[in-house]
Amino acid sequence: MEGELSHIGAGLAAIGSGAAAIGVGNVAGSFLSGALRNPSAAASQTATLFIGIAFAEALGIFAFLVALLLMFAV
Amino acid sequence: MATQTQDASHGAADAAHAAADSAPGMPQLAFETFPNQIFWLLVTLVVIYLVLSRVALPRIGAILAERQGTITNDLAAAEDLKAKAVEAEEAYNKALADARAEAQRIAAETRAEIQVGLDEAIAKADAEIAAKAAESEKAIAEIRAGALESIQAVATDTAGELVTALGGKADAKAVAGAVQTRMKG
Amino acid sequence: MASDAHGADEGGLVFHPMDQFIVKPLFGGDTVAWYTPTNMTLWLGFAILAVIAILVLSTSKRAIVPGRGQSIAELAYGFIYKMVEDICGKEGVKFFPYIMTLFMFIVCANFLGMIPTAFTPTSHFAVTAVLALMVFITVTVLGFVKNGTAFLGLFWVSSAPLALRPVLAIIELISYFVRPVSHSIRLAGNVMAGHAVIKVFAGFAAIAVISPVSVLAITAMYGLEVLVSFIQAYVFTILTCVYLKDALHPSH
Repeated sequence: MEGELSHIGAGLAAIGSGAAAIGVGNVAGSFLSGALRNPSAAASQTATLFIGIAFAEALGIFAFLVALLLMFAV
Repeated sequence: MATQTQDASHGAADAAHAAADSAPGMPQLAFETFPNQIFWLLVTLVVIYLVLSRVALPRIGAILAERQGTITNDLAAAEDLKAKAVEAEEAYNKALADARAEAQRIAAETRAEIQVGLDEAIAKADAEIAAKAAESEKAIAEIRAGALESIQAVATDTAGELVTALGGKADAKAVAGAVQTRMKG
Repeated sequence: MASDAHGADEGGLVFHPMDQFIVKPLFGGDTVAWYTPTNMTLWLGFAILAVIAILVLSTSKRAIVPGRGQSIAELAYGFIYKMVEDICGKEGVKFFPYIMTLFMFIVCANFLGMIPTAFTPTSHFAVTAVLALMVFITVTVLGFVKNGTAFLGLFWVSSAPLALRPVLAIIELISYFVRPVSHSIRLAGNVMAGHAVIKVFAGFAAIAVISPVSVLAITAMYGLEVLVSFIQAYVFTILTCVYLKDALHPSH
């Protein structure tokens, strides 16, 4: 029974990946709308873009990690 | 552990879980392999670091610097050549302007010389013409004077003849005086 | 479980998404001692060879007009050099070989891991944790050596109102110590996630009806993973540069 519960928990943890997807989309979309307003400044900010995406994505990866731990390690 | 529970509940019939049971859960958390991974990772990093810092990076840096140098030199040479071309063009333009000025000067000189000759010739011609005109004037005056005298003589004669022909007696003195008076009047 | 309900139908549907990450001794045997050459050792060796091929062999001609291989080497050099110089400034340039080592290692390991049946060293937390801890220790030691106690000003946000500063100091302190954790888990998690997802889709390919979809999905994921392989290496490197900048110029 404990195994089934941990699988349910893994599924719930995977929702976090979707939340991270929203976050990454938000970062990229905001960057794009800003870049279209001021294209000349866009090139200098791509590094910031990637850092922002990485930070947002890391949290989704944490959720994925929790799911994996529940699936295979608990 | 979950796997043990599942073992108990489902037994060996579950192929998927039998395989999963043989695997050590998440291999990333198999701590007994960590010393091995860390050791070989450090070896790898040291090797890559040595290769990069001793061989690869100085070499690529040198290539890039050399290329930069070549480009800079070529640019400088091109700049030189450009400057020379500009200089040559300036010299050419200067020579052209000089030549043009010289030509204009010569033309002006020539024109002045010709003008002087022309003026002289015109003055001489004018003088000659004036002299000729004066001579002619004199001759005409002489002729006119001669003609007046002749006319008076002819008129006197004609008048005497006319008087005689009309049956009168011509008094030479009276006729001459009448003609003179008439011609003056 | 599902197989109980459907019986023989799903006999072929076997998922081992994590088996590809198992560290095995290369020449037989069961125990993995600290010196045992494993499949990981093999792929780490391939990563070294790839780095040598990309950066050393391709530039052996030292051509003024570069060929294809040399262009790649120069591009990688210029890419990382500019990143280090832009973010860390002139003082950061002496850490360029170190950062270049990290970048080339991660990129080569990631891309070699994309070869089917390959082993990906960067999918292991032990590996990425060592990389991240090296960065963390370098940054901390360098910060204190270069700035003395002034390095602690990193945690004392002098632009904030005085009352808020202790709270912010605690937050900054926590975020500072979480750095190596997120730094390492981001890389390993991304790589592991991609490989595991591909493996899961590969498991579905055993069912004839779904297999075309499965193959398409694997193809799409593979493309995404190639992108992720590079972007994660880039992100790891650029975050290293950002942390190094904190150590070199700790003003907030």
